[in-house]
Amino acid sequence: MVEKVDKEAKEAKLADPIEASVDKATQQMIIRSHKLGIETVFDRAVAMKPCNIGLQGTCCKNCAMGPCRLPLPKGGIEGEDTRKGLCGATANTIAARNFARMIAGGAAAHSDHGRSVAEVFYAAANKLTNDYKIKDPIKLLSIAPHYGVETKVEVDGEMVDRDIDEIAVELADIALAEWGKTGSTTLVPKRFPQVRYDLWKKLGVLPRNIDREIVDIMHRTHIGVDQDYKNLMKQGARCALADLSGSWLATELQDVLFGTPSPLISEANLGVMKKDHVNIIVHGHEPILSEMIVAASQSAEMVELAHKVGAKGIQLSGICCTANEVLQRHGVPNAGNFLQQELAIITGACDAMVVDVQCVFQNLANVAKCFHTKLITTHPMAKMEQSNVLHIEFDEHHAMEDALRIVTMAVENFKNRDAEVQIPAEKQTQVAGFSVESVKYHLGGTFRGTYYTLNDNIINGRIRGVAAVVGCNNARQQHNNAHLTVIKELIKNDVIVLTTGCGGITAAMAGLLQPDSAAAYCGPGLAEICEVVGIPPVLHMGSCVDNSRILHAAIEVVNAGGMGKDLCDWPVAGSAPEWMSEKAISIGQYVVCSGIYTVFGGHLPIEGAPVFKEYLNSGMEALYGGMWAIEADPIKHAHLMIAHIDKKRKELGIDKARERVLMDMADRQALEG
Amino acid sequence: MSKLIAFAAIQGGYKVVAQVEGELERALQTYDASTKVGFPNTAYYLPVIYSLTGLKCETLEDLKKPMAFARGLLPPHIRLKNWLPYLGPLLDAGMAGIISYEVKEALRYLNDPDFYIAQEDPDVENGKLWVGAADDTILRKRGVEFVDGSAPGFAAMVGAAPNKEIAKMIVEDYQKRSLYIFCAANHNGKTLIQQCLDAGMQIGWNTRIVPFGPDISSAVFALGFANRAAMAFGGVKPGDYKTILKYNKDRVFAFVNALGDVGTEWGVAAAGCVNWGFPTIADTPIPEILPTGICTYEHVVAPVAHADMVQKSVEVRGLKVQVANIEIPCAFGPAYEGERVRGADLYAQCGGGKTQCTELVKMADMNAIEDGKVTIVGPDLAGIKEGGTFNLGIFVQVAGREFQEDFEPIMERQIHHLINYIQGIMHIGQRDISWIRISKAAIEKGFTLKDIGVVLHAKFHQDFTKIIDKVQVTLYTNKEDVDKMTATARANYQTRDARVDKMTDEDVETYYSCTLCQSFAPSHVCTVSPERTGLCGAYNWMDCKASYEINPTGPNQPIQKGECIDPKLGQWKGVNDFIYKASRGAVTHYNFYSMVHDPMTTCGCCECIAAMLPACNGVMTVGRDYSGDTPCGMKFTTLAGVMGGGASSPGFVGHSKYNITQGKFLVGDGGLLRMVWMPKQLKEELKDRIVARGKAMGIPDLFDKIADETVGITEEEILPFLQEKGHPALSMEPLVG
Repeated sequence: MVEKVDKEAKEAKLADPIEASVDKATQQMIIRSHKLGIETVFDRAVAMKPCNIGLQGTCCKNCAMGPCRLPLPKGGIEGEDTRKGLCGATANTIAARNFARMIAGGAAAHSDHGRSVAEVFYAAANKLTNDYKIKDPIKLLSIAPHYGVETKVEVDGEMVDRDIDEIAVELADIALAEWGKTGSTTLVPKRFPQVRYDLWKKLGVLPRNIDREIVDIMHRTHIGVDQDYKNLMKQGARCALADLSGSWLATELQDVLFGTPSPLISEANLGVMKKDHVNIIVHGHEPILSEMIVAASQSAEMVELAHKVGAKGIQLSGICCTANEVLQRHGVPNAGNFLQQELAIITGACDAMVVDVQCVFQNLANVAKCFHTKLITTHPMAKMEQSNVLHIEFDEHHAMEDALRIVTMAVENFKNRDAEVQIPAEKQTQVAGFSVESVKYHLGGTFRGTYYTLNDNIINGRIRGVAAVVGCNNARQQHNNAHLTVIKELIKNDVIVLTTGCGGITAAMAGLLQPDSAAAYCGPGLAEICEVVGIPPVLHMGSCVDNSRILHAAIEVVNAGGMGKDLCDWPVAGSAPEWMSEKAISIGQYVVCSGIYTVFGGHLPIEGAPVFKEYLNSGMEALYGGMWAIEADPIKHAHLMIAHIDKKRKELGIDKARERVLMDMADRQALEG
Repeated sequence: MSKLIAFAAIQGGYKVVAQVEGELERALQTYDASTKVGFPNTAYYLPVIYSLTGLKCETLEDLKKPMAFARGLLPPHIRLKNWLPYLGPLLDAGMAGIISYEVKEALRYLNDPDFYIAQEDPDVENGKLWVGAADDTILRKRGVEFVDGSAPGFAAMVGAAPNKEIAKMIVEDYQKRSLYIFCAANHNGKTLIQQCLDAGMQIGWNTRIVPFGPDISSAVFALGFANRAAMAFGGVKPGDYKTILKYNKDRVFAFVNALGDVGTEWGVAAAGCVNWGFPTIADTPIPEILPTGICTYEHVVAPVAHADMVQKSVEVRGLKVQVANIEIPCAFGPAYEGERVRGADLYAQCGGGKTQCTELVKMADMNAIEDGKVTIVGPDLAGIKEGGTFNLGIFVQVAGREFQEDFEPIMERQIHHLINYIQGIMHIGQRDISWIRISKAAIEKGFTLKDIGVVLHAKFHQDFTKIIDKVQVTLYTNKEDVDKMTATARANYQTRDARVDKMTDEDVETYYSCTLCQSFAPSHVCTVSPERTGLCGAYNWMDCKASYEINPTGPNQPIQKGECIDPKLGQWKGVNDFIYKASRGAVTHYNFYSMVHDPMTTCGCCECIAAMLPACNGVMTVGRDYSGDTPCGMKFTTLAGVMGGGASSPGFVGHSKYNITQGKFLVGDGGLLRMVWMPKQLKEELKDRIVARGKAMGIPDLFDKIADETVGITEEEILPFLQEKGHPALSMEPLVG
């Protein structure tokens, strides 16, 4: 009897592969995990329900008098809301404090990533390392003026080009100072349209420096400090803009160090792993180490070593945003997205998984234990307690040395494969590598490249609007389903989609990053544009710090003309259908504060505080012109965005078919100079 | 499928670049690397390369750089599955092709210097069909037509029509719409130009059917013309490729017609043209590119039926053109203005020294004339045999509530070009020295003298609708009637001339602005006063006044000159305020009567440019017809390049020919007595007036003291001549204080 109950309980804990994911490779690997008796995130999601009060955002554990739990009664609250914590904190205060802390967490993650890049850039600029060099001097020259670094210098009364190393050294100092400077505000907000910058200034949300705004949130959410949700969200805005400042720097300095992406061909999904190759998977978020691993794994020395151990070569692939970084710049394929990290090991073919920071499951160690896979942590702040995890601390001054050591270890591990290797056949070709610069180029070439080409086709109605569909996976939702449904609904309605992060990998796995998908999935207008430019309807812009690229592109659109004066004026919307991390909240906040309508899928932890929820919606819109919205149903989710896009088209007066204006001489004389 | 176009054009890019690289290599083996290369009489080097990159190609060696640049632009080939974006690469490949084509043409000028005939019209009899690159004189002369709207744009036509009838239909339709037709390339050896000739059409710049060359590479001359317009009239700096190309997209209404199969070499050229915003309209079923963006509307439209080609083309380019619908048996439009009636084509003529031909426009009482009445007093052409002559008096009476006697000469001046607009009729001269030649072709179509009356009536109404209510035309052909009318006309001319010549700047309180050319030179504002006619020579004060009456919101606006700030240099507060606003803040003030101190701004359309000659303590001037060197060290075209685009350049000023002998010409700097050098031809042209003006200024033999190119083309060469002649400038106060 007892035995039977145990068995039932055990069976109940397993995920249904079809309900867990829409992706075939994922389904196959879930089935394999069940056969092998290995537990994954999918099973745990079935076994463990989320905390209902935490889900509502109204659990406060910021002091030891709590945790104070303020669930919203099932029928809601009529009349005065009398819920309070021991200190008297209202549901609004608690939800807002929790929300703000999520922003701080996300901002810390992104901007600390940015800091690491700035430090490597400093080392490269000052020639303190041999392994990192400035690979893209053109990008360096193009960004320098935005940080107040002169690119020309006067010599004998003549302006000449300034020494590139000198520019780099000065920029490195200025960049690093962004995290801790005093007396001014961060430089990135100046890149926005003047009206937006002025608005932020007026509202008092320009970040003083990146670190300070995170500290500020941790301080004001301590017991007994900021107890006004509006004031909390004001700081939430300032901290999110600090996140953006750090992310933007991360993107730009990475481009300078490792090259600005331009379109390239690669593949995605677990099928990119090769049975007869040494499989190394890089996972996490930073490109600093993975750049070196790419170089090391392609070195003749390592390839020869691979041959020696009986492998045909070294197959490098990636998961999460480390994957996106090396995808965008080198075409290294994506092995999978966030929810597939355990599954990559379950193939039995992963000889080493090298992780850095963010979104790395601790359970990887437990899964790796079942195989020969070496799980290697590399970042001083990201270790694991399990004994089978190797820690090889990566140091930018010995970068290549460390990378070679890691790759050697992986190659030598090839012969230790024990379990049967089962790699799903599923993989799709993808065209990735879009950056602000390369999009501009492809909208008209060297001579006529301009975002106005895009604007013109938004104005003429072939493109209805632009959507950014970004973000994570979340095991509380069917893996990839919301992303794909939202994206397909948008492109069917002629909305072009920009993507980053795990959303980008999802789109790639479904073939939506192939140019011929335009004819299959898009409305006629968007299909025609994709055909003319030769692009897929979904453009992969990189990792999650590269959401800065999407905002940068949105700024370029406004600057190119015809789309109003500010980011809130034109038909654009944001979406994170399967979000799960604090970083997503921070990104959402800076996108909303930039004036962009943003819809999150699943839920947001604010339902327990209806007043605060309404503030994120209409309150934010009144201040910033952008707002938070929540919609779990992906079709409705897409249509909220489309409705917003249509609203903006109407406001711009481009909701009707454009007339063909035939110019006579008088019209031409009236042309602006 | 755009992908197929990209695929083909990129292949074409590789092919063309490789071909031209080979030709350049051969040339470098044949000639010394320092051998001069270039197109004739231009200050813009190889104009497409110069305008886009700033590279000045003067020698064979210099051609390596643009070719390396073109090679660098070539993108990877397009994959047919899972392709990378190709729009940018396609446009880059196109540009690589265009650059290579320009180098190819430069090499042709080197290898085969007589291939092209360097004149406006080809020498058909001797088989010299192709005129090649337009030189700067043609650019300026024809460019003005683009600027003032008399030529709304150009059709770059490549290939050949299926037969000469279709060729004629399309080309004539463009002519009727006043567009220029720039022809290049052949289709299986056939050219549109040969088809036009076979159809009996006149070709050349004068009829707007320009035979650039027989190969696709010759199409680059059209782009060189367009880019020079951006530099000469728009003041865009060479190397600023973004502005040059945007200027073309917004202001130069050109497009490509591809007649015949579009192979990779045409494909790459068409892709290149898209960089300019010039779309391609083809008669074969090539893939279309309909979305907008790089061009204002569609990029490639095909296949278009020949009957719809012209209408579709102007629509795709977003161009509105007026077709004059005049009820006469011959075609009509500006494109026929330059057409000749040569000896062999001549049926009959009047004037030109053989007989009398006189024109007069008079204001009439509203009730005294009947609108649209055309009367022939005497026999029409019916009685005249082939080769015959006759007398003609054209007497036009106009009436209108807003009409003023002062407008009579303006209306009368229209007669010259309006008669010329009739296909097969040629008009030369004006007033009592007119000369009309009527071709056999016109007679065959049924032309009679009455048609002159029909044209004048219709066009006066069309062009001057605000001031004209009634037009009546009487044509006299009996000698005694013509002589009588001529006597009346001469008395009228005299009265008018006296009135206009005596008019001074002090007589009026109102000057007129002229921003006619702002479509091309956005910051330029002319101010026209009675003694300073417009620098293009086309508009005097009276014209501007009339133009304002006709179109009160048009390019000529009254300016109350207001308080005089400097009577000597000619500066007024009202004028300064106006130009500041009209130039959108670019120009704050200028002087009417000085070239030394803040002279008036100059657009690329000026007839002449005066320049300081410090060693001679004087000034020189040069007209745009003179292509030689001048004592200031620059040819006209170089000067215009330095000055054009609405800049005020102390030491230089643009002006009209007529202005040279007007009373206020550079009077702030000493006036006409400063003039120490002019091209001989210009000097001769103005001889009577220079003599008269010299006399009025106390130097009756001033004309003989002015040097010309026969004396010298440097200051050192002309100074002894001036000293010997005792030129007044030498003893005047220093020109620069």
